[in-house]
Amino acid sequence: MNDARQAAVVGVAESDDIGIVPDKSTLQLQGEASLNALTDAGLTLKDVDGLFTAGFRTTEVAEYLGIQPRYFDGTHVGGSSFVVHLGHAAAAIASGRIEVALIVHGESGRSGIGLPASGSSPQGMEGQFEHPYGMPGAPGAYAMACARHMHQYGTTHEQLAEIAVAARKWAQLNERAFKRDPLSIDDVMASPIISWPFRKLDCCLVTDAAGAVVLTSTQRAKDLDARAVRVIGWGEGHDHQIISQMPDLTSGPGRISGPDAFAMAGVAHDDIDVAQIYDSFTYTVLTTLEDIGFCNKGEGGDFVSGGRIAPGGDLALNTSGGGLSYTHPGMFGIFTIIECVRQLRGSFSSQGQRQIENAKIGLVHGTGGKLSATGTAILAVE
Amino acid sequence: MTDYTKPLPKSDPVTAPFWDSLRRKAVEVQCCEDCNQFLFYPRAHCPACGSRALTWKPVSGRGTIYTMTIVEKTGNRNFKQDCPYVVALVELEEGCRMMSNIIDVTPAPQDVRIGMPVEIVYDAVTDDVTLPKFRPVAG
Ligand SMILES: [Zn+2]
Repeated sequence: MNDARQAAVVGVAESDDIGIVPDKSTLQLQGEASLNALTDAGLTLKDVDGLFTAGFRTTEVAEYLGIQPRYFDGTHVGGSSFVVHLGHAAAAIASGRIEVALIVHGESGRSGIGLPASGSSPQGMEGQFEHPYGMPGAPGAYAMACARHMHQYGTTHEQLAEIAVAARKWAQLNERAFKRDPLSIDDVMASPIISWPFRKLDCCLVTDAAGAVVLTSTQRAKDLDARAVRVIGWGEGHDHQIISQMPDLTSGPGRISGPDAFAMAGVAHDDIDVAQIYDSFTYTVLTTLEDIGFCNKGEGGDFVSGGRIAPGGDLALNTSGGGLSYTHPGMFGIFTIIECVRQLRGSFSSQGQRQIENAKIGLVHGTGGKLSATGTAILAVE
Repeated sequence: MTDYTKPLPKSDPVTAPFWDSLRRKAVEVQCCEDCNQFLFYPRAHCPACGSRALTWKPVSGRGTIYTMTIVEKTGNRNFKQDCPYVVALVELEEGCRMMSNIIDVTPAPQDVRIGMPVEIVYDAVTDDVTLPKFRPVAG
């Protein structure tokens, strides 16, 4: 690739408030995050010529923000959308089509103010073949996949609990995290069952929040004050929509997006200093680590055990506290990018243990739908 | 009229034979004439090989639980009163999988398990719609 046209993230931000924000609409939260991320980059709305969003139509978001993009992408693959957008935006910048891309997402997920329309038809495939049986949306679908993984590989609930406990330990280092009280494996195991085998503390938070990411070319980035984080590899994949059609209940499309991202970046798993992996549920992290190659299929339980992904462990994972403890407004993917960029910029260097010392290469991964779609990207600083 | 308040499937021209067969209590599933695989849900072509040569065939209605979840809490108001209940993917003897409920069983992990043999029960929830449910095979 022409290095001058390689894409770099130059701005990241959340909305002004995150958590419980009952006085702000979904679009307002997205507007705040967008303006904050542009300010972080040293850019303005006028500079944006590429818009990437999911949930709302790009026209709705552009109209609200007050921008007229010449390139837009409303690819909507649930929580993975924004990592997928990162790759698409990088490609659009590399081809010279645009100079400044804005990726934004947020929802009034908890307060429910001004959410985009949703719903499905009784004549759709989910309406005909899943809804009549009381399939409880994402928790039930992920629980079904997890149950098969436990059956096939002997994965235990204690191993899943390790993921929730590690996320909480990271969240205790993040003053913006929604849940920061101490959490033990026993606490997770004692929490009420929602959809067996998932307990309450296997499931992500429901919050109000938005996040935004601004990219430009590395050449243009030189003129900005912001520390640029290059996008050096990306991949995407999907292999089903509804859970009953998932080809292998224990393995998702990360097995496509992960290797593609690593191959493009030309780095290996050992090179990853920090990883942000969508944690809609504890199990989502476990199966993703296997699918994208941090360990073999079936070994995810061992991989996360003994605090290996907690602060001080072998792999710095979900250092914000993730969707399990930091924030989760509906589709978390945008926040994986924000945290990764901040780690690579050294943004937490004054905050002690949260900063991964000398982090140079980071991985972000989004999962969307019912384990349906994934996006993986690899970011780097010099 | 019926007082059934839960979501009902609405068939389309391709899926109608499946729903019709359930009303006759003789479940039929499509089979591909070219690669001999049974497929579900119904389609106008075989997702395994692309063939359009599909035949509706009666199946045994027997299978095993491929995976499952026990719903203890749900935001779906139509099903709240049923908690806990089992949603499962049943792998039919013929090889394809369908989602359903496992009934006539205690909804607890020690009583309903992956690999358990199950058989179809025809649940005529309305005059028009019969849902396929499954129960453990006796003995
Ligand atoms: Zn075929």
